[in-house]
Amino acid sequence: MTTMPRRRHPSRPAWEEEPGAAAQAATGTVLTVVVLAVLVPLWVVLLTSVSSRESINAAGGLVVVPRELDFSAYRIIFSGGQITKALLVSTLVTVAGTALSLVVTVLAAYGLSRPGSLMHRGLLFYFLLTFLIHPGLVPHYLVVTGLGLKDSLWALILPTAVSVFNLVVVRAFFQNIPAELLDSARLDGAGEFRILWRIVLPLSKAVIAVVGLFYAVGYWNTWFNALLYIDDNEKFPIQRVLQSYILAGQAPQTSGTVGAALPPALAIKMAVVVVTVAPIALVYPFVQRHFTRGVIVGAIKG
Amino acid sequence: MSQAQASRPVVAGPVPPAGTGAPARPAPARRRRSPLRARLRRDWPLLVMVAPGALLLAVFHYLPALGNVVAFQDYNPYLGDGALQALAASPFVGLENFRELFADPAFWDAFRNTLAITAFQLVFFFPLPIALAILLNSLMSGRLRGFVQTVVYLPHFFSWVLVVTFFVQMLGGAGLLSQELRDAGLTPPQIMSNPDTFIVLVTAEAVWKDLGWGTIVFLAALAAVDPNLYEASAVDGAGRWRRLWHITLPGLRPVIVLLLILRLGDALSVGFEQFLLQRDAVGRQAAEVLDTFVYHHAIATGDYGFGAAAGLFKALVGLVLILAANRFAHVLGERGVYSRS
Repeated sequence: MTTMPRRRHPSRPAWEEEPGAAAQAATGTVLTVVVLAVLVPLWVVLLTSVSSRESINAAGGLVVVPRELDFSAYRIIFSGGQITKALLVSTLVTVAGTALSLVVTVLAAYGLSRPGSLMHRGLLFYFLLTFLIHPGLVPHYLVVTGLGLKDSLWALILPTAVSVFNLVVVRAFFQNIPAELLDSARLDGAGEFRILWRIVLPLSKAVIAVVGLFYAVGYWNTWFNALLYIDDNEKFPIQRVLQSYILAGQAPQTSGTVGAALPPALAIKMAVVVVTVAPIALVYPFVQRHFTRGVIVGAIKG
Repeated sequence: MSQAQASRPVVAGPVPPAGTGAPARPAPARRRRSPLRARLRRDWPLLVMVAPGALLLAVFHYLPALGNVVAFQDYNPYLGDGALQALAASPFVGLENFRELFADPAFWDAFRNTLAITAFQLVFFFPLPIALAILLNSLMSGRLRGFVQTVVYLPHFFSWVLVVTFFVQMLGGAGLLSQELRDAGLTPPQIMSNPDTFIVLVTAEAVWKDLGWGTIVFLAALAAVDPNLYEASAVDGAGRWRRLWHITLPGLRPVIVLLLILRLGDALSVGFEQFLLQRDAVGRQAAEVLDTFVYHHAIATGDYGFGAAAGLFKALVGLVLILAANRFAHVLGERGVYSRS
């Protein structure tokens, strides 16, 4: 087996030596471990959520090898109980928050993208100073509650609506758009809003997608702010329910018919994990191809 | 932010067309006023665009930053109708909260835990994305590399609640590992609630979440290394390891220094939600860090002035750390964070 000379990879440069068998085995092992460390937990959780009581009992808990499938856990969590409500709350917060954040961020990034404009340096400093000055948890809590946002979903949106990091990413992207393009539009009499809408935004879909994903993930993942500001469990977002249900062990109210054969608690738990992961896992691959040098590293260079 | 811009005088207003015969030095007063008005007429839409973001930062960043005065108060939430009125009405007590803070052994426990975890992660986490990036960069098959990247970036987007949930399900007392070990007749180890190994556990969680994501910036830096350097050195007889040492690592050096500075400046912050979620299972002794200390003393028990003092202390030390680390990077001849062009 090993006597056959390995074929050179076509894209390997001529000067580079072919890696030895040991090196290749080591590389393969590392990559396999890294990939399985992510995929195995996802697989086990997904499979357990769609397993029947018999499969779960036979496995003694979490199911690794599929036996008998049963989707009733999902019927329970989508049947209008607390988990359904939490999913609606999280969806609302994510959609409204992301829309607001993108509008504010894109506007500010464009407004700050032209050195030499009025108050440009002062305003830029005002935004970037937030990287150095962190207000701290206590005064932040006092301000948000002082504004009357306790038990309001706005408390999950407004405090995190602007990420200066995302703003810097978008601004760097805008600044790479050739100035001649904007100047010629200006000569044609277009105003700044029109230029932003008609010229800049259509060229910036990639960065908008990436930053939109960052914001959306942030809102979907919001947990601590809900712990601080939302006491009404009708308004809990999904992460808050996940934490109190799975990590703290408080079963949520489900409106399944009492007495009917309920799916095993473990399947329901895992189904909650799956619906928390699903939106991220479904959207992320479409945006991932834009995580290119231009977007991410543009930010690092700020 | 660039130095070039900082040292260059800002060009005021539209540049006058060359050759109009404008006097080289018009009266200073006129020159300052009319371009300002002209610039306002030209630039007002930009100011309008910046306004909503600036307002949000004012309310949710700078106003709380000013609210740190609570650290010098004996804050009483029942003075006045709301938190802000109470803030205005509460009596000042000078440095009393800080005196109390520095005399509290629990605070120093949290401080020590935080520094220990940061140091541990600098050694056992920080180098891993560099190694994985170099490994990914050596792959010839773009398809394989893309697949691995897609998989390993994913956990970065999971919340800490999810990450801890996954770890509990895999390694916890009722998790997959315990289940398999019990089937094999072995006694499963306490992983999720053992204070002695907690530092390893939280590092493993951080690695699981962000190892892949951490490679992005290094991969970008690797792609920017001039391939001619590799070819020339290979022709000169440098082997794989010498090329790694003399070309690859120097190519990564600016990024490594930059990220080290950022990490050092953030030395007193370790994943806050991560620790808050696991504090009860593991116990305060091992799992209390500065951020959770602030939370438990201020929000949970209502001692706002005391908690704010701890938070302010942490913020000030962090500011000093990042400025010092940046200065140190300049000494090393790196560009650091603040003087980039």
